[in-house]
Amino acid sequence: MGVLLDEQTRVVIQGFGGAGQREARNCIAYGTAVVCGVTPGRGGQEIEGVPIRNTVQQAVNEFGANVSLIFVPAAFAADAILEAADAGIPVAICITEGIPTRDMVGVKRYLRSSGTTLIGPNCPGVMTPGARARAGIMPPDVYTPGNVGVISRSGTLVYEAVDQLTRLGIGQSSSVGVGGDPIIGTSQREALALFEADTDTAAVVMIGEIGGTAEQEAAEYIKQMSKPVVAFIAGATAPPGRRMGHAGAIIAGKAGTAQAKQAALMEAGATVVQSPSQIGVTTREVLKARGLA
Amino acid sequence: MKLHEYQAKELLARYGVPVPKGRVARTPEEAEQVAAELGGKAVVKAQVHAGGRGKAGGIKLAATPVEARAAAQALLGTRLVTHQSGPAGQPIDAVLVEEQTDIARELYLAVIIDSARGMPVVIASAAGGMEIEEVAEAHPERIFSEPIDPTVGFQPFQARALAFATGLDGDLNRPAVAAITNLVGAALECDGSLAEINPLAVTADNRIVALDAKFNVDDNADYRQQALFGLADTAQDEPIEVRARDAGIENYVKLGGNIGCMVNGAGLAMATMDAIQFEGGMPANFLDIGTQNDPAAIKAALEIIGADPDVRAVLVNIFGGLARTDVIAEGVVLAKREGLIPQPTVVRLAGTNVEAGMKILDDSGLDLLRADGFAEAARMAVAAVR
Repeated sequence: MGVLLDEQTRVVIQGFGGAGQREARNCIAYGTAVVCGVTPGRGGQEIEGVPIRNTVQQAVNEFGANVSLIFVPAAFAADAILEAADAGIPVAICITEGIPTRDMVGVKRYLRSSGTTLIGPNCPGVMTPGARARAGIMPPDVYTPGNVGVISRSGTLVYEAVDQLTRLGIGQSSSVGVGGDPIIGTSQREALALFEADTDTAAVVMIGEIGGTAEQEAAEYIKQMSKPVVAFIAGATAPPGRRMGHAGAIIAGKAGTAQAKQAALMEAGATVVQSPSQIGVTTREVLKARGLA
Repeated sequence: MKLHEYQAKELLARYGVPVPKGRVARTPEEAEQVAAELGGKAVVKAQVHAGGRGKAGGIKLAATPVEARAAAQALLGTRLVTHQSGPAGQPIDAVLVEEQTDIARELYLAVIIDSARGMPVVIASAAGGMEIEEVAEAHPERIFSEPIDPTVGFQPFQARALAFATGLDGDLNRPAVAAITNLVGAALECDGSLAEINPLAVTADNRIVALDAKFNVDDNADYRQQALFGLADTAQDEPIEVRARDAGIENYVKLGGNIGCMVNGAGLAMATMDAIQFEGGMPANFLDIGTQNDPAAIKAALEIIGADPDVRAVLVNIFGGLARTDVIAEGVVLAKREGLIPQPTVVRLAGTNVEAGMKILDDSGLDLLRADGFAEAARMAVAAVR
């Protein structure tokens, strides 16, 4: 049932401040099990009907938390991710934006020797509509259960793609926002591998961006995938050398351009969409051509 | 955040990277005095946030202090147009006056973030003095790299390997290893997102010296690198981008077209630019409003777009997640009502609280063009400027 989240998902929210509380409400309203909040110093309280603990380890021991959703402010977010990993949380999803790159270098290195999969940071989170499992900040109304996986570096572009699919009657197995920072826990390539292995996913929509070479690495993997991939690269019209909001979205060298990424994806067999408004209809065509819709 | 060359060199010198003798000057008189202190002969370098200064005439040789004064006079107060600066160029408010160096060899040395490896890497090449991207393209075998593993840090054997690979052997090996190690120290301690020495020169008398230096500080590390952020020279930025930042909008980039955009999310903002171009138009700016849930902030952003003389239509494209479309709608109505966006205005709202947002637009009675979906919004904005 989708990737990363399912009916067994039990969410702990790290950083139970304004955003954490609001999204706890939204997740619970959608039907997701939010079992605990962690804010050091407020352990023992109950906020919005959610029990609060001082440490993630307590959330695991007492409530069986298996997914952490992190809203901790940027200066302390690396510590929060490491605490989740140390407590043995299998999936940590970090929404926080603005974490210094140097902090993420240490986190990324530590996670190599842990069993934790990190999604993000600077991401909208993960959604598996078929399990009513939402660990993130996305608007749930635009989702509908189905067999298309969605991957994106951008948050709002995930919603856009999902909305286009839903309006055409195409549901989603899961959506994964991998995040817009230079160093992220799970790459687009790794997210593709999750969907390739997921029996409920028939096709994948991947939304990349200018900057870096992550889409080329994803293209290498697409060559060996059995499932069709529809891809869009945002920023084809961005000027070189300027950072387009995301720290990762800056063209430095030819590999970072949308054109280079589109070419690599096409060569790998992905269907590349030129206009962002064509993501939905192109996915429908691809599904039809394969007899999947 | 970009440092000027002189600031980057002062920083590197503090960490033990050898740099030429010299000092920054803000007047021709100062430049003359620095040249005199250096013994007369000097090089006068325009301090702007753009590469390609040499070819653009921003670097001048002076044989005497008087010539240094004349060179500074010619540069200061003008704008330097390079292939990286954009057509308006960058203002020259300071020059770096340095001793001249007899160069035997030019190398390349940098610390950058390698997203694929998830850690910083040191890049070195014996092909210095040219754009490293061009070297990477034409001669990838001439580029060497060593990762900086955060668990143990950068190791002496890695510095030695890079030095030997780039021909820095014999008497040069020890100073080269020191320069590489010290550059790494500066990059790590100061949250450098780019620390680049190009060229790193071997002098005729067999010394190593950083002839040029670029240092960018991670914008996310501002809270712990306050001294460095205090050096920021906002005069180098587009005035409209500075105004946007002062209004609390971090993600504004001025572009060449005439459709002003306000979008939430960097990816959607880029995709909106793409959609406009796909429909035959050109965006005037990139603006990611993020998750602002305050109508006053939305109004402020639209005021900046509306005041841009290039803007002939405004496109608001919002897909609410954390951001609420009703709050955005309130901000749009405020800005329109107060005449801050007199241009034709296309609004596309979707996501969180969209019914409430649409109702606010309807009830306002204002002339706001409503688009259903991305492509239609782009088409309407392009039609409005035709």
